[in-house]
Amino acid sequence: MSSVAQKSGFGATLWDWLTTVDHKKIGILYLLGGLFFFVLGGIEAMIIRLQLIVPNNDLVTAGLFNDLITMHGTTMIFLAAMPILFGFMNAIVPLQIGARDVAFPFINSLGFWMFVFGGLFLNISWFFGEVPDAGWTSYASLSLHSPGHGVDFYAIGLQIAGGGTLMAGINFLVTIINMRAPGMTYMRMPLFTWTTFVASAMILFAFPPLTIGLFFLTFDRMFSGNFFDHTMGGNTIIWEHIFWIFGHPEVYILILPAFGIFSEIFATFSRKRLFGYTAMVFATVLIGFLGFMVWAHHMFTVGLGPTANAIFAVATMAIAVPTGVKIFNWLLTIWGGSIKVTTPMLYALGFIPSFVMGGVTGVMQGAAPLDYQLHDSYFIVAHFHYVIVGGVVLAIFAGLHYWWPKMFGTMLSEGLGKITFVFFFIGFHLTFLIQHWLGFWGMPRRVWTFMDGQGWNMPNFISTIGALLMAIGFIVMVINIIITTVKNKRVGDDPWGDGRTLEWAIPSPPPFYNFPATPLVRGLDTLWIEKMEGSKEMITPAEPITDIHMPNGSIIPMLMSLGLFIAGFGAMFQQEASWGLPVLIFGLAFTFVMMSARSLKDDLGFYVTKEQILQDLKNKGGRD
Amino acid sequence: MIKGLKKWRLFSLLAVFAVFLAGCGQEEISTFQPAGQVAKDQFNLLLLSSGIMLLVIIVVVAIYTVALVRFRRSKLGEDHMPEQVEGSHVLELVWTFIPIVLLLILAIPTVHYTYKLGDVQAMGAVDDEGNAENLVVDVTAKLYWWEFEYPDLGIVTAQELVVPTDEKVYFNLIAADVKHSFWIPAVGGKLDTNVENVNKFYLSFEKESEGLKDGVFYGKCAELCGPSHALMDFKVKTLPRDQFDKWVVAMQGTQDNPVVANADGEKVFAQSCIGCHAVSGVGETGAQGPNLATFGDRNRVAGFLEHDEENLKDWIRDTQKHKPGNTMPSFSEDQISDADLDALAEYLMGLKVAK
Repeated sequence: MSSVAQKSGFGATLWDWLTTVDHKKIGILYLLGGLFFFVLGGIEAMIIRLQLIVPNNDLVTAGLFNDLITMHGTTMIFLAAMPILFGFMNAIVPLQIGARDVAFPFINSLGFWMFVFGGLFLNISWFFGEVPDAGWTSYASLSLHSPGHGVDFYAIGLQIAGGGTLMAGINFLVTIINMRAPGMTYMRMPLFTWTTFVASAMILFAFPPLTIGLFFLTFDRMFSGNFFDHTMGGNTIIWEHIFWIFGHPEVYILILPAFGIFSEIFATFSRKRLFGYTAMVFATVLIGFLGFMVWAHHMFTVGLGPTANAIFAVATMAIAVPTGVKIFNWLLTIWGGSIKVTTPMLYALGFIPSFVMGGVTGVMQGAAPLDYQLHDSYFIVAHFHYVIVGGVVLAIFAGLHYWWPKMFGTMLSEGLGKITFVFFFIGFHLTFLIQHWLGFWGMPRRVWTFMDGQGWNMPNFISTIGALLMAIGFIVMVINIIITTVKNKRVGDDPWGDGRTLEWAIPSPPPFYNFPATPLVRGLDTLWIEKMEGSKEMITPAEPITDIHMPNGSIIPMLMSLGLFIAGFGAMFQQEASWGLPVLIFGLAFTFVMMSARSLKDDLGFYVTKEQILQDLKNKGGRD
Repeated sequence: MIKGLKKWRLFSLLAVFAVFLAGCGQEEISTFQPAGQVAKDQFNLLLLSSGIMLLVIIVVVAIYTVALVRFRRSKLGEDHMPEQVEGSHVLELVWTFIPIVLLLILAIPTVHYTYKLGDVQAMGAVDDEGNAENLVVDVTAKLYWWEFEYPDLGIVTAQELVVPTDEKVYFNLIAADVKHSFWIPAVGGKLDTNVENVNKFYLSFEKESEGLKDGVFYGKCAELCGPSHALMDFKVKTLPRDQFDKWVVAMQGTQDNPVVANADGEKVFAQSCIGCHAVSGVGETGAQGPNLATFGDRNRVAGFLEHDEENLKDWIRDTQKHKPGNTMPSFSEDQISDADLDALAEYLMGLKVAK
């Protein structure tokens, strides 16, 4: 533990976290960052629902309401759901494939810090009183029309955070392709690793369009461009295409890792191999591929014409087939198994009916002529919350309980976990089920208030009550986390007792080099195979214990991101303030100097000696 | 135990039934009570797709419930070791092909209706004398109000669309500032009003609006367009063809026979309002503010406030309070005195073309 272990105290700990390139620590940082923004987005959601609790309410103004819905959507998608999933990917994927770290630890850290500074940039808009207000989709005519700097915060903040996401995606691709332990063939990878792999490939292709779109928007708003200004020959529909060419794959980037988490949990707590593993992998890849073919179903009412609408309608329906395959494979995994209803399993079991409902309403909207009615009504609000909350958020909560012992070495309370589930699950259905009907009854989405006498009062009231229950559930979970952390009761390698994959074969939390010796993988569910053979060590090493090469930590990723953060303010104010342009140049130059420092200074890392590894192993000898 | 379970089942069945009975919404705005061919087609597609989807849900929930009941560890014992099944090709094929068949059943009518509802070829058709065969309405969406021009009839109105029943009415849709979306839930799905191109579609109105709660169908803006997006409502009045023709004639007459309910009010109007608002229904699209020729006939002030003189005066005094971000200036007492405002309100309320 060379440099780190010798120092102690708050300053040293802080420095360690700011400079860490350890995938497990970055995973924890992603988790904390994501949960922070999840709380922000949740508070925004609560205010939205409280505003709509009764007709003609004036809790918030119309302008503030649009700020809230925009920030709620943007925060939840970009700053909460994705980072939390990245947290799990970081913490777990290298362990699952038997690697000591990700392929590019430095870039991993850079990706995280860009997410943090991008997210801060976006949210600092609240202090300026000029908040993005054109919806998380920021359709061009409205986003160009929007006064103040609100949409500028959106464009630049997402640009910075999106860059981080792209880096993280590339990093996971390379990690999974190159860093698998001997014997870990593609068709032996756990499903969570597979879904991370496909989601990362999707990030690689989906985020560049967003980057381009945001640059166009930035140039239109801050540098007198005319990409979307139709009076100058631009076209606003282009934005919609660019946004959804990114935006639809984005939905699958979120849901595929969620599928992966549930696949692990179903197999573990049914004590049974995942049913139809090959089909599951194939379905994942197919969903990832089809995810790029259906973006125009978000645009059925734009007027693309019947031929385009018909093609995209049929393509959209096709996605239901691989998704259905997955659902039935999960059902057949628990069928004939030995189901233990732990908290993670409870979330997984809650996920199936919830997600099926969200999925089928998706197919209904795929029927273009029907979508003319459903589009931009409350039906769509219900639909995407059913897939995102009923899929992604339930997966996040499930993963949190499932992997918490692996990440922190202590178990979240099962009792409180189940209480959280009951409140959250009931609240979720109470909030969103009725919204399908609100859509049928003619209520458009994104409305700041509604008039009395349209038959919408009771459903909206019910919906708000449901949202409050969800909030209670979440608060119980926070209490659970605090109590667990304070108690800090340590657990062993495989606290659930039924672990099947490699991460459960090493201590919780794992040593910073993960595996004393790289493991040899002999099949799917590596640990399960060892267990069935009665192996004592739970890992068959592929090599003798030798010195391990590890990367040094670095503060440069944080400073590079800080430079971009500063440059963002310069870009935003360069048209109205004389200091804008110098600040823009300074920020970019600062980032560039940091990049050069990284490139020019050789950092060869350090070695963990064989003696130290053997010492660690001996110290933990009696832990079982 | 079993008895209790049965009762519970009956109860939940009744509850579901009650939701569906209560679930039709209000006639003037609900997609569940289609008042035209387009909405009916879409409603049929809804029934078909809901049916198929309900089937899927039932199958999934059935397998799920049985698995949960039968395979709990608490029942099987802590040491039970399930067989490690790899998969089943037969089953995989079954749950690949059955969904494909179900989707085909849905896809065929989907494609059919997509083309049917997108067919606007008849829009420009003219008879032997060169008159348009079908009614065409040009809709322009503006920051928080709607303008409706009838190009073949030479008239224009705002906020309240008037159309004949039992025939196809064709629409040209465009937005003047930012993107909006034109939606009359009870009559048919929405179509966006883009800023750069005209979108075309048709609707048919098969129910007279007279019997409805407010005597009108409700129309909505469905695309986020700024602070007052929620208030960008319009209303639709559907009349039998002969009454519609009478209305058109009355509208065409508003230029030569203006209605003056209050002469002082007319003077105030000429001083303060006429720059943006017209009181003659003859004209074209492109006005700064909504055409007021039928103001007295409408049932909302500014598209959403109760239609009375109090609200009208409140509105003129402070438009931003009611509809933030709209482009109409407010008029203080210095600009229009209280007495003048009373006269103006009476004058405006008197602007009627229907009896």
